[in-house]
Amino acid sequence: MSTIESELETLTKVNESKELEVLNNNALENEAIYILREVAAQFERPVLLFSGGKDSITLVRLAQKAFYPAKIPFPLMHIDTGHNFPETIAFRDKLVKELGVELIVRNVQDSIDQGKVVEETGKYSSRNMLQTTTLLDAIEEFKFDACIGGARRDEEKARAKERIFSVRDDFGQWDEKSQRPELFDMLNGQIELGQNVRVFPISNWTELDVWSYIQKEQIEIPSIYFAHKRKIFLRDGFIWSAEDDVVFRAEDEKVEERMVRFRTVGDMSCTSAVFSNADTIEKVVGEIRESKISERGARIDDKRSEAAMEKRKQQGYF
Amino acid sequence: MEVLKIATAGSVDDGKSTLIGRLLYDTKSLTDDKLEAIEKTSKQKGYDYLDFSLATDGLVAEREQGITIDVAHIYFSTPNKSYIIADTPGHVEYTRNMVTGASTSQAAIILIDARKGVIEQTNRHFFINNLLRIKDVIVAINKMDLVDFSEERYNEIKADFEELMSKRDYQDQKITFIPVSALKGDNVVNRSENTPWYKGQTLLEHFEELDRKDIFNVGTPRFPVQYVIRPKTEEFHDFRGFAGKVYGGELSVGDEVVVLPSMTKSKIKEIYFYDKKYKTATRRSSVTITLEDEINVSRGDMLVKVGDLPTIDKQFTATVSWMDSQQLTVGGKYVVQHGVNKVLAKVENIHHKINPDYSGIDTEINALGMNDIAQVTFRLNKPIFYDSFKNHRTNGSFILIDNQTNTTAGVGFIN
Repeated sequence: MSTIESELETLTKVNESKELEVLNNNALENEAIYILREVAAQFERPVLLFSGGKDSITLVRLAQKAFYPAKIPFPLMHIDTGHNFPETIAFRDKLVKELGVELIVRNVQDSIDQGKVVEETGKYSSRNMLQTTTLLDAIEEFKFDACIGGARRDEEKARAKERIFSVRDDFGQWDEKSQRPELFDMLNGQIELGQNVRVFPISNWTELDVWSYIQKEQIEIPSIYFAHKRKIFLRDGFIWSAEDDVVFRAEDEKVEERMVRFRTVGDMSCTSAVFSNADTIEKVVGEIRESKISERGARIDDKRSEAAMEKRKQQGYF
Repeated sequence: MEVLKIATAGSVDDGKSTLIGRLLYDTKSLTDDKLEAIEKTSKQKGYDYLDFSLATDGLVAEREQGITIDVAHIYFSTPNKSYIIADTPGHVEYTRNMVTGASTSQAAIILIDARKGVIEQTNRHFFINNLLRIKDVIVAINKMDLVDFSEERYNEIKADFEELMSKRDYQDQKITFIPVSALKGDNVVNRSENTPWYKGQTLLEHFEELDRKDIFNVGTPRFPVQYVIRPKTEEFHDFRGFAGKVYGGELSVGDEVVVLPSMTKSKIKEIYFYDKKYKTATRRSSVTITLEDEINVSRGDMLVKVGDLPTIDKQFTATVSWMDSQQLTVGGKYVVQHGVNKVLAKVENIHHKINPDYSGIDTEINALGMNDIAQVTFRLNKPIFYDSFKNHRTNGSFILIDNQTNTTAGVGFIN
């Protein structure tokens, strides 16, 4: 059982009663709100990196809570690989409209067209790595000094060592050997001009914590997170979407229609599905709790080598 | 649901990563794909057991050298509790990482290799956990399988450690000894048949039954203002909310408060958490408070209850743990970040260095190097509102920022 899950019961009770007595304490939520407020206070030009995935959607809700009744005091930015699930884009646009916040979109396609990056080819080609260049260019363009992201320490081994305020140099690089110590809950956001800080407010959440929170808060998420019928094919033990041209498919890879859902929603070219009948949030939470495969087990980009994530992070990957 | 954060400390090869891997494995927290990866790599390396350290040693350098060089966070949960383990390295040169890991933990595990017993490193690990006033400490005497699960050896080590305990400053610290074999799984999650002489709990049983009241130092309520919320919308035209986290105790609507440093008095009018109002804000909740009177309050100010003022002073003495390669010197200037408040500080005096292996103090000193711990007096350019670390974990601690490099160069615990 996760932290948030058991808060559920007590919080519901509080909400039912007319008069709100004592505020319930959700340690992870309080921590995330604290971090978001530190960002707004310590930096001049923060931005929330929004992918349309459940983690960044959760961040948006936390930001709403942190600054209510004021609007979220920073824009959202989407680095669009051009390989997004169409459901994600539709969802993004709707959310931004409701929030009344500014949305910045920068496209990986533009970086390709400008000759800054070269599209990968072949069976495992993906635009995931290429995002880094587009992101770094956008940070420079807007002079962002803090980029808020939804990464969690439980996702991956190298992420487990990431700080909450993670300083990047002028080249966007992560130097894991000279990270600032983070003591108690004091966050040191002092940086040089040109440097920026990546901020991870839900560092200490697990996948189950995020899902339980989405359930408790009744947060809307893109439909592809729920079980749906999809044309798919199997390769290397992964389930690939066959509904779009983005994912390379050899002629002999047989397409079939199955009930699937996505556990993470990244670039289509490196996100595989899981077989599932979980078509409601309750069923999804139940499924995650029972699951024996880690979330990033469905991310092909992490399988490239034992140190795949660490290498990407050193190069400025989010 | 409770979250319990546990810091681990042990010397190189004491089997810390293996112990954490064992905890994950026996609580069935390792997913199939992670387990497969561990099995595969263990096999490649020719081990006849599962190398659980592979589950936690995250960075390439660590895998190459087979050691842990930074604080890693590992998550697992039982039906009772969510656990976060701060895996901190045990080398002499990494005191700073241990202090960092311990600063956010409520409990700690100190590992001792049963073959080696209490060594200099053990003294350091204990010293730091005691300095940080971690309330609950487990001394896990590991590798019991390599000393034939000998009760005699266990008692010998226990007696050596108890001698250390008599030297500690924070006497209320609760210390529990457990004989374990992380590699074989004895007394970590499951009780061992190899130690019939041991009647106590397993490591996990101990943590499962820890009462949160016993492990948190509460203190009186302090509310440092992080951010002022002014929506300037029609609906909330005159709204001025003070956003922050409640440290220690509780704050309720109607409470008479003093705003520091202006010393202006007012009453709490509303307590918001998101779009709902509450009567009481509990400890560590991130709320937004409005006051009855229109007072000028900004970031770094603090709300406290009337009659419960902290010390307000431009000078203090603290135990400093230095973390930077650049030395701290008398006359040196730093930024003191005390909670969310920042002031300029000058080092007035370095009184003495404290050897973290309990070998005494060193008074002939005028500079602090990385991993040094010392009593230091600072003079500030304006007053801060502090409590002693003994009485208030949050309001009694601060970090030192080097204004040239912007790095967090040290941490202090106010006397």
